Amino acid sequence: MLPLLTREKNADRVLRHASGDKRFKILEVHMKKHQFRQDALIEVLHKAQELFGFLEDDLLLFIAAKLKLPPSRVFGVATFYHFFTLKPQGEHTCVVCLGTACYVKGADKIMAAIQEKYRIKAGETTPDNQLSLLTARCIGACGIAPAVTFDGHVAPKLTPEATLEKLNTLI
Amino acid sequence: MAAKTLIIDGKAVSAEEGATVLQVARDNNVAIPTLCHLEGVYDVGACRLCLVEVAGSTKLQPACTTKISEGMNIQTNSDRLRKYRRLTLELLFAERNHVCAVCVSNGHCELQTLAYSLGLDHVRYDYVFPKWKVDVTHRLFGMDHNRCILCTRCVRVCWHIEGAGTKNVAGRGATARIISDLDQPWGDSESCTECGKCVMACPTGALFHKGATAGEMEHDRDKLEFIVNAREKQQWLP
Amino acid sequence: MQLDDLKALVAKHIGARKKIVLRTCMSAGCMSSQADVIKRNLEAEVKAQGREAEVEVRRVGCMGFCGQGPLIGVDGLSAKEKLFEFVKPTDAPAIVASLQGAACDVQVGNPDHPFFARQMRIVRANGGIVDPERIEDYLAVGGYQALHQVLTEMQPSEVVDEITTSGLRGRGGAGFPTGLKWGTVAKSAGAKKYVVCNGDEGDPGAFMDRSVLESDPHIVLEGMAIAAYAVGADQGFLYVRAEYPLAISRLQTAIKQAKALGLLGGGIFESPFNFNIDIRIGAGAFVCGEETALMASVEGKRGTPRPRPPFPAESGLWGCPTLINNVETFANITAIINRGGAWYAGIGTEKSKGTKVFALTGKIKNNGLIEVPMGIPLRQIVEEMGGGAPAGGHIKSVQTGGPSGGCIPAAYLDTPVDYESLTKLGSIMGSGGMVVMDDATNMVEIAKFYMEFCMEESCGKCIPCRAGTAQMFHLLEKITQRRGTARDLAKLEELCDMVRHTSLCGLGQTAPNPVASTLKFFRSEYEALLQPDPFGPRPSVTTQSAEPVTL
Ligand SMILES: Cc1cc2nc3c(=O)[nH]c(=O)nc-3n(C[C@H](O)[C@H](O)[C@H](O)COP(=O)(O)O)c2cc1C
Ligand code: SF4
Ligand code: SF4
Ligand code: SF4
Ligand code: FES
Ligand code: FES
Ligand code: FES
Repeated sequence: MLPLLTREKNADRVLRHASGDKRFKILEVHMKKHQFRQDALIEVLHKAQELFGFLEDDLLLFIAAKLKLPPSRVFGVATFYHFFTLKPQGEHTCVVCLGTACYVKGADKIMAAIQEKYRIKAGETTPDNQLSLLTARCIGACGIAPAVTFDGHVAPKLTPEATLEKLNTLI
Repeated sequence: MAAKTLIIDGKAVSAEEGATVLQVARDNNVAIPTLCHLEGVYDVGACRLCLVEVAGSTKLQPACTTKISEGMNIQTNSDRLRKYRRLTLELLFAERNHVCAVCVSNGHCELQTLAYSLGLDHVRYDYVFPKWKVDVTHRLFGMDHNRCILCTRCVRVCWHIEGAGTKNVAGRGATARIISDLDQPWGDSESCTECGKCVMACPTGALFHKGATAGEMEHDRDKLEFIVNAREKQQWLP
Repeated sequence: MQLDDLKALVAKHIGARKKIVLRTCMSAGCMSSQADVIKRNLEAEVKAQGREAEVEVRRVGCMGFCGQGPLIGVDGLSAKEKLFEFVKPTDAPAIVASLQGAACDVQVGNPDHPFFARQMRIVRANGGIVDPERIEDYLAVGGYQALHQVLTEMQPSEVVDEITTSGLRGRGGAGFPTGLKWGTVAKSAGAKKYVVCNGDEGDPGAFMDRSVLESDPHIVLEGMAIAAYAVGADQGFLYVRAEYPLAISRLQTAIKQAKALGLLGGGIFESPFNFNIDIRIGAGAFVCGEETALMASVEGKRGTPRPRPPFPAESGLWGCPTLINNVETFANITAIINRGGAWYAGIGTEKSKGTKVFALTGKIKNNGLIEVPMGIPLRQIVEEMGGGAPAGGHIKSVQTGGPSGGCIPAAYLDTPVDYESLTKLGSIMGSGGMVVMDDATNMVEIAKFYMEFCMEESCGKCIPCRAGTAQMFHLLEKITQRRGTARDLAKLEELCDMVRHTSLCGLGQTAPNPVASTLKFFRSEYEALLQPDPFGPRPSVTTQSAEPVTL
């Protein structure tokens, strides 16, 4: 292990690295809006994910440094909530609702069809980076179950065939 | 503060208002098993081993976080409680890989001691969990995730006594785990002051001094209490 | 702003209205079928057919019959409202032309259908009627008058008394008396107090709160403001799950509009009362619906519950007394203030007062939201309002209460729907999800489905829930894959008992409910899957088994 004093601190490296990227500026403005309050951590993570698509280590370190929180706290919070992702996502996302109403109406079959065709499991991205397959536990559209969200747009009353067709036109 | 009288396992006792059931029981030599409780840091009520029956309440109450009240009638060691405690330990043993025979803490482990005292000698549940990593990147200490019971004692001492905030819990549910900084190898941690308090606090062999062999590792809880008395209660400081 | 200024504003707004109103549902359900395009096309068509002087197209929230959506309601044409169902964007010309009597082949719904006729709308009174993005619409139906009355004519303690009289119980699941909770917070000592609205709605198969927030956001804001006055709080938080982006944006709009009119913020109605509301967005964790976990999340931490007591009413957000209620609970408040607690107490049963909104989904003909008086028999809901199972099926059971609830078998359909009756059957009222299952549904699979849900949503803090749900899921998997024995079933039952009584929070304490209730009513489905036990008769808990010793 290098002596702590001679090694560049992670936080310093991250701040240096961040200075060239406009998105960090926007994020910092957002944190300022929250007066760099530590209880705004979740709002800040939401904004960070919106800007960067996912939460990479340097981004988390940047947030920790700015909010004066230990990195372990930021990481602990980011991994507690399903909504935050630490891995890059594919070009398109497809979120299959596996809530009860959708499940009893065959969401599991939709899921199986996608998994078979694209050879990915829930939470994974295709090797060509085109599609990320995600699941949700009810998106509040149970009245039109089963529901699937394609790139943020909810589609109602789907069948496995209709879902694959949608994906075909998307990709 | 007013004194309260209450009954623990049929015995009438009195104690100061604001005390917890656990404190009062221990002051009166009633042993209640605990795992997540650690003198000197706040309680989280997570392990559920200290649950007791309180007359008039249908819910079991954790002794470590429940404050006493006047006239309370507490049962700490019923058949039902013993059964639940045994099951809780069984679940822990099935959750990760606790192979006591080769553990550095063999003989000095709170989990093992409790299991013996509750007469648990085998686990009937299937082992459903994968193998976890062992982190030996730190100069002085090691962490074996297979032996961690997620009591968060290390997290609490690291935050509240040492003030370093190196340790925390990441993930959730069965995938929850203890991390250092951004889930880095412990040896790469910038925040760790190498104080060793987490190692002193750990009830099992999950955190250990490097170089200790099977059965050698003793957690120095007295030293920890000494530090707490100095820092929090300012007992012997000028 | 004074009441008179508001009234003038409302009069102007109403004066600008047109004779015929096309109410277009723009809530999440219908939006998924291009309701936004439909509205745009309707507006263009009204212009094209030269009807701008008489016809307006209004954005409204959920009308409830989401399964038949997209929906368009027509007012001002005849005495009765007209309802178009399954509308497509290309239907716009025909719909506008039909306003002048032209024939139109878009499906028309029947407003006298029991689905509508049996409802009693208090919480959802404005859903599908007001434009959720215009505060004037809410004011026009008498909005914020209850707040004015409370601030100018009532003492905080009188407000609490009124709520107590109403008999309102929390709609978030546990059914705790709301008046009692308000009274406790009001009495708690503390200079700073908070009011929190729980809009996490994590129960899968439930979307009542979503629809209220999307369709009538101000009713919740007003309810929170009244609560804040009653308990002495000046800051509110509205916790909404990230899965509801439309609800979040409409709430943001609503808060901005209310602030602009001085209905939120400092010195409301020129009284000394201040109240601000901030939105906090969840991030996908069911357990954050539990009140102590929700508060941890509002404070920017991992959403893990903590033992109670102390209850939030004594020590909540940042250690201050905190009132936390569900969206639907708050949505009942204005009606209670406007019409009196006694009026409200006259609805429902002896112990369950008022109405409840349910999300009727699953294997049923009419999917959607209904609001009914408490105590209505389950059969009326599923058979008359819901229209029974879709062609060819038979209703086998109704699941209420989500992952914390249970399955009520068809034989018990005559049970009245109230807190006590459902609990007696081993289920709970819960937040209002009602998922109907037909005879194609395998009950052991359903139990496994819920157990997997609880396992994945367990926060991992306490051992019984973290490790217990994982073991129970594993046992259920074994049984459904025909690898389980009577011994496994016994272990499952043993864990049900243990996890229920030893877990820290409600998630773990209720996680065994779906298993316990299906075991109670559908035990034969479990037994049919069991394999002969290779170790002979099952041993009791304490005797040795043939499995290896591991310590
Ligand atoms: C696991 C769990 C999830 C919960 N989810 C919700 C929820 O999504 N919405 C809600 O209002 N209450 C939920 N609750 C209940 C809350 O803890 C709390 O009782 C409620 O918000 C109080 O409001 P009420 O008195 O108006 O019902 C949940 C409880 C538990 C244990
Ligand atoms: S050694 Fe000290 S600073 Fe390092 S992790 Fe352990 S308690 Fe924290
Ligand atoms: S490492 Fe030790 S102290 Fe830390 S949570 Fe695990 S068992 Fe507890
Ligand atoms: S019961 Fe489950 S969700 Fe609740 S505290 Fe325990 S582990 Fe967390
Ligand atoms: S269960 Fe899928 S949207 Fe509710
Ligand atoms: S010692 Fe009380 S719950 Fe762990
Ligand atoms: S979403 Fe349109 S009627 Fe419910």
